[in-house]
Amino acid sequence: MAVAAVETRTTYKLDQSWLVRLFDNKPFLIAICLFPAAALLLVFLSYPLGLGVWLSFTDTRIGRPGYFIGLENFESLWYDRVFHTAVWNTLLYTSVATIGKFGLGLWLALLLNNNLPFKSLLRAIILVPWIVPTVLSAIAFWWIYDPQFSIISYVLVDVLGWRETYIDFLGQPWPARFSLIAANIWRGIPFVAISLLAGLQTISPSLYEAAMLDGANAWQRFKHVTFPMLMPILAVVLTFSVLFTFTDFQLVYAITRGGPVNSTHLMATLAFQRGIPGGQLGEGAAIAVAMIPFLVLATLFSYFGLARRKWQQGEDND
Amino acid sequence: MSISRRDVLIGGAGLAAGASLLQSPALAQANIEQGATLRVLRPTKFVDPDQAIFNENTEAFTKATGVPVRVDYAGWEDLRPQTAVTANTGAGPDIVVGWADDPHIFADKLIDLTPIAEDLGKKYGGWYPIAEKYGKKDKTNQWVSIPMGASGAPAVYRESWVKEAGFDTFPKDLDGFLRLCRKMKEQGHPAGFALGNAVGDGNAFCNWLVWTHGGYMVDENNKVAINSKETIEALKYAKALYETFIPGTLSWLDISNNKALTAGEIGVTQNGVSLYFSIKNSKDEKTAAIGKDLNHATMPVGPLGRPSEPALVINAMAFKHTKYPNAAKEYLRFMMEKEQYDKWLTGCYGYWAQPLKGYATSKVWEADPKIVVYRDTWERALWSGYKGSINEAAGTVNAEYVVVQMVASVCAGQATPEEAAREAERRAKRYYRT
Repeated sequence: MAVAAVETRTTYKLDQSWLVRLFDNKPFLIAICLFPAAALLLVFLSYPLGLGVWLSFTDTRIGRPGYFIGLENFESLWYDRVFHTAVWNTLLYTSVATIGKFGLGLWLALLLNNNLPFKSLLRAIILVPWIVPTVLSAIAFWWIYDPQFSIISYVLVDVLGWRETYIDFLGQPWPARFSLIAANIWRGIPFVAISLLAGLQTISPSLYEAAMLDGANAWQRFKHVTFPMLMPILAVVLTFSVLFTFTDFQLVYAITRGGPVNSTHLMATLAFQRGIPGGQLGEGAAIAVAMIPFLVLATLFSYFGLARRKWQQGEDND
Repeated sequence: MSISRRDVLIGGAGLAAGASLLQSPALAQANIEQGATLRVLRPTKFVDPDQAIFNENTEAFTKATGVPVRVDYAGWEDLRPQTAVTANTGAGPDIVVGWADDPHIFADKLIDLTPIAEDLGKKYGGWYPIAEKYGKKDKTNQWVSIPMGASGAPAVYRESWVKEAGFDTFPKDLDGFLRLCRKMKEQGHPAGFALGNAVGDGNAFCNWLVWTHGGYMVDENNKVAINSKETIEALKYAKALYETFIPGTLSWLDISNNKALTAGEIGVTQNGVSLYFSIKNSKDEKTAAIGKDLNHATMPVGPLGRPSEPALVINAMAFKHTKYPNAAKEYLRFMMEKEQYDKWLTGCYGYWAQPLKGYATSKVWEADPKIVVYRDTWERALWSGYKGSINEAAGTVNAEYVVVQMVASVCAGQATPEEAAREAERRAKRYYRT
């Protein structure tokens, strides 16, 4: 009987249509399930990226096909003072803004982690700068920094009388840079604060209790419990934050367009300026491509520098 | 490498279906193709009635010829890339009312408009010389585009404040202008000209400044010549004039001078006629009162010996890829004919000043004596890329703020006039290399 049963089953299997057999085939199934995702990646990520890289080696202009010119775009950028300023600005902008965002964001997260009245309402409010479309907040900041109609100048000069003249926020290189950095920090704090808050809440209270029993003060508790426990999420948030800041475009373009005299151009705004209004697609693409090494470096730094600690790999923390 | 993928942006072909087969007798001589339809792309309005009247005129064309026309309006900054894509891919609109230099960049892709341009010229008192420069292919007599209008950039000033400063009329020379601005600054009414990355206002002021001192970006043979004695004189003058500006002009964008003049913060700036009307017609009484005190004048003339304000030009072209070239030509002619053009010119309060001399007698220029100065916009204007050709490099030099940043860096004290002129030369050479 048993033998017969097996035979029946075998016969049945042979009756399966080729389609059913095909779908039982593991490699085929993997390929077909991956296909939509792979196609999306290819069409919307790899192709534009590849095209961008290719364009950077050509002298394409808007509306005119270009020819391969090798590294000429990059050579020209190498001697381009505006490009140097843009690189320097981008590094300054990213580092100062990231430090600001993390300092204030961590502080805010620690405050919010305490038991406060209306906790969830407060957390919702904190998110507002992050939710508002960047262009809208950029326009708000543009008015705040306006040389003639700034609310800050108005309060300082006309209400309080502390100053004689209106502040020229955007008319000089350094004030303009720091004005933009301040706007970026304002926008970025919620992301950092909320992410770190999520991290803080995963830390077991018993660790703090144990530390307190050992007589650790608040600073020691922060340094030896909170900070190491927060490290993994800190690394992820830092990576994202650096990437967002490094590629920022909207704030700068809406507030200064890279002025005064190109002193606030970031690489992203300069790439757009050269590529689209300036019409030099090839050169714009070259600037954009020049951002890639920096981005890869920043990512690697955060990843290896912060994330891959021993204790995270499950080994003893000796 | 083509950028044909971008034609997605134009929003697909979408030609108006169901062409009318009715044809009026008038079009028999124009030879309009059976079943023709047209698509037109133009910049979005700057003064309210612009769009409405343009559409009315287009409808009148449809009524007269039976050719359905669809007009699309593109944002100011989107128009140039869209024109480029249309030219490059041979798809999209049949007619583009584009920016000044665009027809010259795509000249070999455009329908020859010589017959209609010559007809229009004969009928309406001739084209202004600069309009011819904008319409004709470089160094030929072939018309590749029909300039439709130009928005000038004369001085807009507060009459009473100029009087207070001891000037009966707005000064016509550079020294007088500097003295006026100094005096007005003393009296608390500084001048305000955009020196930030303001593609319209910044270029208007800085090009005027360099040109009127006798400087120019390139010579007749398109050789970069910005690093000259004249330019350096212009930059020294700019530095002195900058002392009389309201603080913050280095960060001004296109809208900033409008805001400052409307708020009564500055006594003189440069702008198209739209600002005057927006202040005059303001619902706020205080603002409307400023309108009564505003007046316009030609920007002062320096060693060049002739007025030299840049103008924002719209320049219409018809592409060879159109299936209905006769309809396209006829449409352009129709829009420039008196019945349509005068209505548009008048309705826009003269914002788009006429390129044909005959329209200088239009009623719009009699309605308000304060705007008469805009009537001669084409008379005073120099072209983008002066003294060379109107070409792609000239457009890029403007879009890249080469002149604006040269002036701004001197005003900001970041560079000496000599250094700034050298830097501008270096940058311009990159765009003017062949």
